[in-house]
Amino acid sequence: MSKAVITVVGKDTVGIIAKVCTYLANNQVNILDISQTIMQDYFTMMMVVDVHASLKEFKTLSEELTQIGEEIGVVVNLQREEIFDRMHRI
Amino acid sequence: MINIHEVMETNEMIQKANLDVRTITMGISLLNCTGQTLEEVSQRIYDKITRSAQNLVSVGKEIELQYGIPIVNKRISVTPISLVGGGVCKTPEDFVTLAKTLDRAAKTVGVNFIGGYSALVNKGMTPADECLIRSIPKALSETDVVCSSVNVGSTKTGINMDAVKLIGEMIREAAELTKESDSCACTKFVVFCNAPDDNPFMAGAFHGVTEADRVIHVGVSGPGVVKAALEEVRGANFEILCETIKKTAFKITRVGQLVAQEASKRLDVPFGIIDLSLAPTPAVGDSVGEILEEIGLEYAGAPGTTAALALLNDQVKKGGVMASSYVGGLSGAFIPVSEDQRMIDAAAAGALTLEKLEAMTCVCSVGLDMIAIPGDTKATTISGIIADEMALGMVNQKTTAVRIIPVIGKKEGESAEFGGLLGHAPIMHVNPYSCDAFINRGGRIPAPIHSFRN
Repeated sequence: MSKAVITVVGKDTVGIIAKVCTYLANNQVNILDISQTIMQDYFTMMMVVDVHASLKEFKTLSEELTQIGEEIGVVVNLQREEIFDRMHRI
Repeated sequence: MINIHEVMETNEMIQKANLDVRTITMGISLLNCTGQTLEEVSQRIYDKITRSAQNLVSVGKEIELQYGIPIVNKRISVTPISLVGGGVCKTPEDFVTLAKTLDRAAKTVGVNFIGGYSALVNKGMTPADECLIRSIPKALSETDVVCSSVNVGSTKTGINMDAVKLIGEMIREAAELTKESDSCACTKFVVFCNAPDDNPFMAGAFHGVTEADRVIHVGVSGPGVVKAALEEVRGANFEILCETIKKTAFKITRVGQLVAQEASKRLDVPFGIIDLSLAPTPAVGDSVGEILEEIGLEYAGAPGTTAALALLNDQVKKGGVMASSYVGGLSGAFIPVSEDQRMIDAAAAGALTLEKLEAMTCVCSVGLDMIAIPGDTKATTISGIIADEMALGMVNQKTTAVRIIPVIGKKEGESAEFGGLLGHAPIMHVNPYSCDAFINRGGRIPAPIHSFRN
């Protein structure tokens, strides 16, 4: 397992989750957990995914997700999970 | 599992509060780069640096991308060159050749600074040490990315006043050689008391002789993150204030620890230390001056500043040591004037003086840093300022440093422009009274009584 976190922040619109999920499914990235909320009027979504079987390299996934975000008008980031774990867990 | 609020908190620190890893610095020992001739030594130095650090920049970029945390600088520190070149360098000019080699090697691997054009002379100078010190003005004015430092004192040995005198003269000479660019050579030189062997920050980084062949040190930063956290506890008492700083420092340092471990693993170079300094940049929201204001001062330099800085420095250390078992380097708050917009403003407003900065250095992690003074300041006066700062370090058993720039052709109240991360600085008032007779005595100041612990 190689966990990563995808965050999506921006104005809420139809099909955000669908687009991101379709992309992940096409690339063999398994979704482990999804949560979403509204923070300071912004749609905020977080996905924990497993990228170990991904058909593409981490760098390519990251760039293509950013591009999908730009198309829908939201900010999408892909980061490895450890940075959050280290900061918030002892 | 990690929750959405924690994820967003981390990302807001990065995106809104300028959280970054300030530097990954690879320390490289050059002690095995010996040879019969200057050319031979120079070639071995070049080969070892370019071989050891060939992947440093690309690995830094890879980590940056995968974790989404900016890694601002990738740098190299090397064994003090006075030790490496001592056998073959007979003149200051010979040492300049090695400075140019370092410059070339650093540019080949793509790092933005290389430190270690240094000498350790806290008790006495060898002929090689003296040659290196005399070569510093030329070396710094004829290279771009080489940084130089000299350790002139320690709690154990006292202060080498001959070196302090010589360095005052060299700083003036370096300033003259680069007078067209506001004496910028002096921004790449720092003089130390109790210099640490494992500091990843420039201009004072060098790879100490007690270190391994190669090692990775990481400097974390994040004054903006501390400032943002303190905005949430405005008006609260000192207990809450301290707790907030400590928790924030912990979080910042954990990120540094992760980056350091990853860099170490991917480069196959042992991990050394995390330096958990709050290092400001001229960017708004990345300022130690702003933190001091948030703690409750109108300007940095107002009465109460030393106490505020003392608690800030202490809480940063307390949070940091919990987050990493190997904390080293300078670790604390930096108070450079030119690199911190609110410190610049405070100096320009007259709130922050050289004397107040000197007091602040008793409780911060370094010393008088990036301070511009009038171009006609005498060499002995510069040596006097250095001697005062070294004495604070020696007696208080801490690192102190001076990075001071006599800006040739400019007077008090004018401004010097250094560009980029180095920023700009108002030229500060210097006490006009002479210390010539004191500096010209020669010899060394003995170690203080509390250094005799054996």
